Amino acid sequence: MKVLVAVKRVVDYNVKVRAKGDGSDVDLNNVKMAINPFCEIAVEEAVRLKEAGVATEVIAVSVGEKPCQEQIRTALALGADRGIHVETEGRVEPLVVAKLLKGVVEKEQPQLVILGKQSIDGDNNQTGQMLGALTNMPQGTFASEIKVEGDKLNVIREVDGGLQTISLSLPAIVTTDLRLNEPRYASLPNIMKAKKKQLDVFTPADLGVEVTRHITQVKVEPPPERKAGIKVEDVAQLVDKLRNEAKVIS
Amino acid sequence: MSTLVIAEHDNSSLKPATLNAVAAAQAMGAGIDILVAGAGCSAVADQAAAIPGVGKVLLADNAAYEHQLAENVSLLIAEVAASYDNIVAPSTSNGKNTLPRVAALLDVAQISDIISVESADTFKRPIYAGNVIATVQTSDAKKVITVRTTAFDAVAAEGGSATVEAVSAVHDAGISSFVGQEVAVSDRPELTAAPVVVSGGRGMQNGDNFKLLDGIADKLGAAIGASRAAVDAGFVPNDMQVGQTGKIVAPDLYIAVGISGAIQHLAGMKDSKVIVAINKDEDAPIFQVADYGLVADLFNALPELEAAL
Repeated sequence: MKVLVAVKRVVDYNVKVRAKGDGSDVDLNNVKMAINPFCEIAVEEAVRLKEAGVATEVIAVSVGEKPCQEQIRTALALGADRGIHVETEGRVEPLVVAKLLKGVVEKEQPQLVILGKQSIDGDNNQTGQMLGALTNMPQGTFASEIKVEGDKLNVIREVDGGLQTISLSLPAIVTTDLRLNEPRYASLPNIMKAKKKQLDVFTPADLGVEVTRHITQVKVEPPPERKAGIKVEDVAQLVDKLRNEAKVIS
Repeated sequence: MSTLVIAEHDNSSLKPATLNAVAAAQAMGAGIDILVAGAGCSAVADQAAAIPGVGKVLLADNAAYEHQLAENVSLLIAEVAASYDNIVAPSTSNGKNTLPRVAALLDVAQISDIISVESADTFKRPIYAGNVIATVQTSDAKKVITVRTTAFDAVAAEGGSATVEAVSAVHDAGISSFVGQEVAVSDRPELTAAPVVVSGGRGMQNGDNFKLLDGIADKLGAAIGASRAAVDAGFVPNDMQVGQTGKIVAPDLYIAVGISGAIQHLAGMKDSKVIVAINKDEDAPIFQVADYGLVADLFNALPELEAAL
């Protein structure tokens, strides 16, 4: 079966992002960009399905400006077979990304679409679910284990308080949680090979999607500062402070 | 202005997260109804009806909604949404799972994880792991919103007497089914609702050592959490994870033990009222947000702390 995996270019997770002084936006000048960690897990899962003989082809798709082709190449180096870049300008909202991905789904007819559960920039946690609604596909969000069984997909999900197992009809959507797998590193030969893999570029118009804007970012600001407190000498002083100064224990 | 709040429940009792979502709805204005979708869940509807200030409770009681499957419940919510300006749910795993589907069905954006209501169409929400707070304005007439529960003080659970109205719409998409669940049974309070949280990190060294936190948690009535490093290392299950992509907590007292304080972890706990850090590395970033820091070997400090409480 064909597996489509979505990847997003985001600020590297080690970068501490700050608001610009004038509050107009976050400061992304000269910061390191990378594939969103949850998307990396999605790629790894797709590649493992191929290695297990379940998937026949893995297609990596990214929506964004031209530089996101780097992240598609990363996915190709990790083992995806070919890439699709949907080229857009500026910030694209999850609803629009979902509509664009729906266009790709209609073109490619994958049996499984794997996405990260959220991107670490917008922290929205929406795109996979929205794609599910638009394509009328079932979804296994926050997945920690997936297993194809005949024409069904069993998904173990990380939910509040524990784990839930659901069974989905294929085609289906999966969004990844941290423990689904541990992504591999791309080897140098595979990075070289990835440069030669097919990468097709589409515009939203090619997919019949109008890029609309529903949300305006009015301003950004740093969160309230939390000041460092004091260092206590020992456990006795700690307990005394908690009891008599902070009054949070009795 | 009218708002529909989606109740969080397990078919037998209403979860406190609903009360935080109602608080956010109140900040949006009057006219609050609650939807209880489930199976055999009329007791939940009665509890929801007791929340002061609620107009009516809509009860959709059908086997198709028993396990909150997003494919089914989203169709129900999208239909009921016709009469409302705002659709609001707490950012629980159910809320996060279902609401984006609703937004897509209604062809509107979703505003995730709001921490304040600035006006009818403008909200604040954290982005980049809470390192930045964005003020966002939506142009959608119908707004679909999830609420960071720690940012809104729960409304009272009792005192009201709303009417309960049955909703007969049955939506079974027929594309997903529930197989089973493993819910950790614990006498401790739920992580996101606990007044005290004791969390362990990589410094705990292994899963067995988390037992050192048990006695302290028992004495303080605390929930036990963990950093992503501890979860990734396999010490404890993922549902204990506090952080950007795990649980967001804001207890009265948060005790971080053997946690260095990566920004992803701080994103999940820095709104706690009092933070205590116990770490043997005096340069650990966790000390920059801790009200009380103790530089010590946790294997000495934990037994001492337990004895002192």
